[in-house]
Amino acid sequence: MADQVIEFDNVSFAYGAVPVLSNVSFSIERNHSVCIVGPNGGGKSTLIKLILGLLEPDEGKVTILGGDPDDGRSQIGYMPQYIRYDQSFPVSVMDVALMGRIGKSAKIFYSQKDKNATMAALEGMGVADLANRPFNDLSGGQRQRVLIARAMACDPELLLLDEPTANVDPAVESQLHHILKELTERITVITVSHDLGFVSRLVDRVICVNRYVRIHPTSDITGEVIQDIYGGDIKMVRHDHCCSEEGHSHDRIF
Amino acid sequence: MIEFFNALQDPNIPFLRQALIAGLLASFAFGIIGSYVVVKRITYIAGAISHCVLGGIGAALYLQYHAGLAWLTPLIGAIFAALLAALVIGLVSIYSKEREDSVIGALWVVGMATGIMLIAKTPGYVDPMSYLFGNILMITSQDLWIITALDVIVISLGILFYNRMLALCFDEEFARLRGINTRLYYLLLLCLTALTIVLMVRIVGIVMVIALFTLPAATAGNIGGRLWQMMAIATLLSMFCVTGGLAVSYQADLPTGATIVLLAGVLYLLVVVGAGLKKKMTKI
Repeated sequence: MADQVIEFDNVSFAYGAVPVLSNVSFSIERNHSVCIVGPNGGGKSTLIKLILGLLEPDEGKVTILGGDPDDGRSQIGYMPQYIRYDQSFPVSVMDVALMGRIGKSAKIFYSQKDKNATMAALEGMGVADLANRPFNDLSGGQRQRVLIARAMACDPELLLLDEPTANVDPAVESQLHHILKELTERITVITVSHDLGFVSRLVDRVICVNRYVRIHPTSDITGEVIQDIYGGDIKMVRHDHCCSEEGHSHDRIF
Repeated sequence: MIEFFNALQDPNIPFLRQALIAGLLASFAFGIIGSYVVVKRITYIAGAISHCVLGGIGAALYLQYHAGLAWLTPLIGAIFAALLAALVIGLVSIYSKEREDSVIGALWVVGMATGIMLIAKTPGYVDPMSYLFGNILMITSQDLWIITALDVIVISLGILFYNRMLALCFDEEFARLRGINTRLYYLLLLCLTALTIVLMVRIVGIVMVIALFTLPAATAGNIGGRLWQMMAIATLLSMFCVTGGLAVSYQADLPTGATIVLLAGVLYLLVVVGAGLKKKMTKI
């Protein structure tokens, strides 16, 4: 078992002549949950695609769970930010969550084991009672939880969540917060978020992506750091004020 | 109606019976593959493939006459052309930077024009109309065998890969991340679409086959809550349209293909309006 879940060694990537990531090196250790933040167009999506092996780096090397991203991704539970799907797609919650089991078992049809593991994942997200409902009947928050369950159905070593709070209201956000808090104690969770406040108490480190990658311990995130990441004045609202062991921190950015 | 059932048993008019058998058999493939096509939203690709079939039919007729290839019947030509069109469209959409819809549009008309050209250059009387709009008189018993074989292949593959196809249609990126070779399955889906189209071309014709492909599936989509339910309902609806269309057209002396398609269209309209009304009622 590799201790480094993700390792980027001097990775550069460009779309044509436009450099998106330059000389990126960092690593994430097992069970150390992190958050990826950065402005739009800063390279967050590219970084994720490199982790998932959907893109090949122009230079450098990406190592996932000690191997090639193509081999590693079966161990990654992934929740995309959007799914481009037909609003009237005839599919039940169980059908959707079961898709997470594909690649786990090589069989053509799902086994009882697949179904049990999927039910357990739905239970973990508190949506097991919705299993037979049409996916389209769900609210935004319920859908989000089903998609996390889909990512969890393969018992992943690494959970990659792209903007888990993008389309949900504050009540759901706090539910998700609880769920993620539990998950971070068991596996490595990487969350992509524009909402630093949401993750700052969940993760140990923040990976800031804006063509270059900087890593900060959560406690170091101050106004100057944020200005550095986003490259301009950012309005900060001191949402709540708490002093942790590491000191004083601003928790929420809008 | 009784007249129709008597005619089905009449040994002097085997074509009606053959058309019904072919139509009922093909309904399974139409229900299954049609549902995939509707939820994946590639109806326009199915349209292009079906129009390319005319090119294959033209080429078959031309080569039969000029090159003496007796085995190359219009149905065999149709199978080749449909598969070729499916692969070209699939590979273009996967690998080329060309706009996919332009390529589909181009293939659509070029395939058809090739067919018209080759049919015109083949001596003897061949009426393109019967290929374009269907003619149940042209179904031979050999065709029936080929249709049965294709039907079995399409249905088996359609059911065997149900879970993977569902994942592909629902969320292609996620399917790829779970290790499914999405390009291969996409090509497979297009090839199955091509073969399914060929099954029904004889009965409803190249132009209208697309209606029978999508209307029962789209109708079923308003009723069934899961993809396999949609497939089952679409199959039943397709069977109903084929049987009803054949009966009505025989009774009232109407063009068969058009009658079947209109029946499918009316059903779709009724269900869509019904579903809309039901939604409004529940809101109030």
